[in-house]
Amino acid sequence: MSWATIFVIAGGAYLLKVSGLVLLRGWQPPTLVQRCLDLLPAALIAALIVVNTVVTGRYLVADARLVGVSAAAVAAWRKLPFLAVVIIGAAVTALVRRLA
Amino acid sequence: MSRGSGAQRSASVVSAGVLLGLAVGVFGVSFGLIAVTAGLSPAKASAMSLLVFTGASQFAAVGVVGAGGSPAAAIASALFLGARNAAYGLTMAPVLEGRLPKRLLAAQLVIDESTALAMAQSNNRERQRGFWAAGVSIYVFWNIGTVIGALGGQLIGKPETWGLDAAFPAAFVALLIPHLRKVGGRQTALLGAALAIALTPILPPGIPILVAAVASVLGLRRRTTP
Repeated sequence: MSWATIFVIAGGAYLLKVSGLVLLRGWQPPTLVQRCLDLLPAALIAALIVVNTVVTGRYLVADARLVGVSAAAVAAWRKLPFLAVVIIGAAVTALVRRLA
Repeated sequence: MSRGSGAQRSASVVSAGVLLGLAVGVFGVSFGLIAVTAGLSPAKASAMSLLVFTGASQFAAVGVVGAGGSPAAAIASALFLGARNAAYGLTMAPVLEGRLPKRLLAAQLVIDESTALAMAQSNNRERQRGFWAAGVSIYVFWNIGTVIGALGGQLIGKPETWGLDAAFPAAFVALLIPHLRKVGGRQTALLGAALAIALTPILPPGIPILVAAVASVLGLRRRTTP
């Protein structure tokens, strides 16, 4: 990732934060906009998960990552701490890779 | 907590903020690790945590780049996830009164956790304390964690040996769970995942993520709007 990309993300992220707190204070966004903002992370995060779990380049592949991330999902659903979920995901993936 | 004196309440909201910062610092370690795994230098990983300072956006940008996506796709997914901070800003605006320079500084700290801790308090003075305690503490520990993770990640060689390429989706699984408990959250997540898979063979890397996210939100809003 280039420095330019990092600065654009940083500038954009700050602009979003400032827009609510300083620029648009007092404005009540329409319910529909609030609803979309509320749901957007669920769709985006789910898409990020699958693309980083079962995709290599442009191909769908089921490999060790799928087993590891499934184990992480069980851990997360059972409300294990964040770091434990990440470690389980990585460790199970590494283990399956070694055994394969 | 509700029956304690004012001083006791303040002490407890401040210590809750510090604890929250420590917990998020651990999360910062994973960000540092995942960022160097995706090819960022430790300096770039740290710059992201210092300047961007909104965890999900940072993970998303690094994840898109790690998956071979373009800078534009990385920027777009980071800013989509950062959009909710604008909503948090609106929520916090009546609480964070004061001079403009102070509010401009506060803006950098408007994230999930600081807003959540602040809005869990019963009056504006406690909300301010909660916001600043959580915001400053998270900022400090998130950045320390990033440095530790980035430098540690460089020492351990090929990331795949340790399954670190799965650390990113595993981290996002943990972040997804609270969203599944919202009205419409599960359907949106399922549709987003299905569309991302369906679009992967036909669109350049990174783009399916964005299209899937926008399409699912627009597709489901009508049915799930209460």
